[in-house]
Amino acid sequence: MATATDRQIINDLLGNGVNFVTSVPCKQLAGVIEVLEETDEILHVPANKEDEGMGLCAGAFMGGKRPAIIMQNTALGVVVNTLATLIQFYQIPLPMLISYRGEVGEPVACQVEMALHTKAILNQLNIPTYHFHRADDLRELPGILQHAQMCAKPVAILTDASFWSAAQ
Amino acid sequence: MIRHDILKTLIPVISDQLVVCNIGAPSQELFSLDDQPSNFYMLGTMGLASSIGFGLALSQDKPVVAIDGDGSVLTNLATLSTIANNPRDNFILLIIDNGSYGSTGDQPTYAGGKTSLAAVAQACGCENVVECAAEDTAEALGNALSAGRMTVIVSKCESGNVKVPVIGMNPVMIRERFMSEVARQG
Repeated sequence: MATATDRQIINDLLGNGVNFVTSVPCKQLAGVIEVLEETDEILHVPANKEDEGMGLCAGAFMGGKRPAIIMQNTALGVVVNTLATLIQFYQIPLPMLISYRGEVGEPVACQVEMALHTKAILNQLNIPTYHFHRADDLRELPGILQHAQMCAKPVAILTDASFWSAAQ
Repeated sequence: MIRHDILKTLIPVISDQLVVCNIGAPSQELFSLDDQPSNFYMLGTMGLASSIGFGLALSQDKPVVAIDGDGSVLTNLATLSTIANNPRDNFILLIIDNGSYGSTGDQPTYAGGKTSLAAVAQACGCENVVECAAEDTAEALGNALSAGRMTVIVSKCESGNVKVPVIGMNPVMIRERFMSEVARQG
């Protein structure tokens, strides 16, 4: 069941002009994806894997759309090459809304393993990274989305278990 | 015929179309045969030509031809299901299937063995799949463009490359001149 937070996230994407979103689901992102499916102004094309999704986003950007990707942090283990050689090399703006699994509140031990690498990978790739931990961190989202367009870079928005558990 | 021979026959059909071309030898050969601002050359990221081309087709109305290879499609095989389930009639995926990883020394791919990419595309739900011989590729592509139906073409050819230089063009320039062509009226 989608929350007001899920709706606010999609509303912020709309407010920024995002009109193409690809996703690979995560339990924490289920509500956002549910709202996305109800939002006619955004073309939602689910991907099988996040690197494929970034390919779709690159094409959509060149076709005049404003893309974003919704994914889990474990996928950073999949997309390093695509971020470096496609999104960064060709200077394509790409907001990445990422569920930050494996942080405090996580029930699945294995998720902690990729959580340990998440910020290190983003840091190694010089990707602007924002960590949403408290519910009101969401207020930063419009500015972050605008920042991605301004600098034509991928940016990461990490949303952890505390953020989602506080979500109304 | 090898890939380079096919590309040569395609030039009259694709030179004024939006083309997204696969990494390595395919892009280098196309660049040397007929560089056009309407060509998007992939300089890296193996496997994503079909996805980039499809994202472009989903986002505007002009026809898009993605030129991919059998090895690259195998790398990103699941995208055939994305394509099948979100059909767009302005999209044509041309898989030049030479049964080998051409850019890395012609090592065999499984598409040159038991795996049929045409059958995979059909099983994924692509409704209009054409497998053709190398010499019939230009005609198949021309037919697909005039039919205005989403089509996957698998062109079976021999393994081999022509020695051409690496593309030296700046990636942002490749993208920006391509985007001007995408946005151009008429």
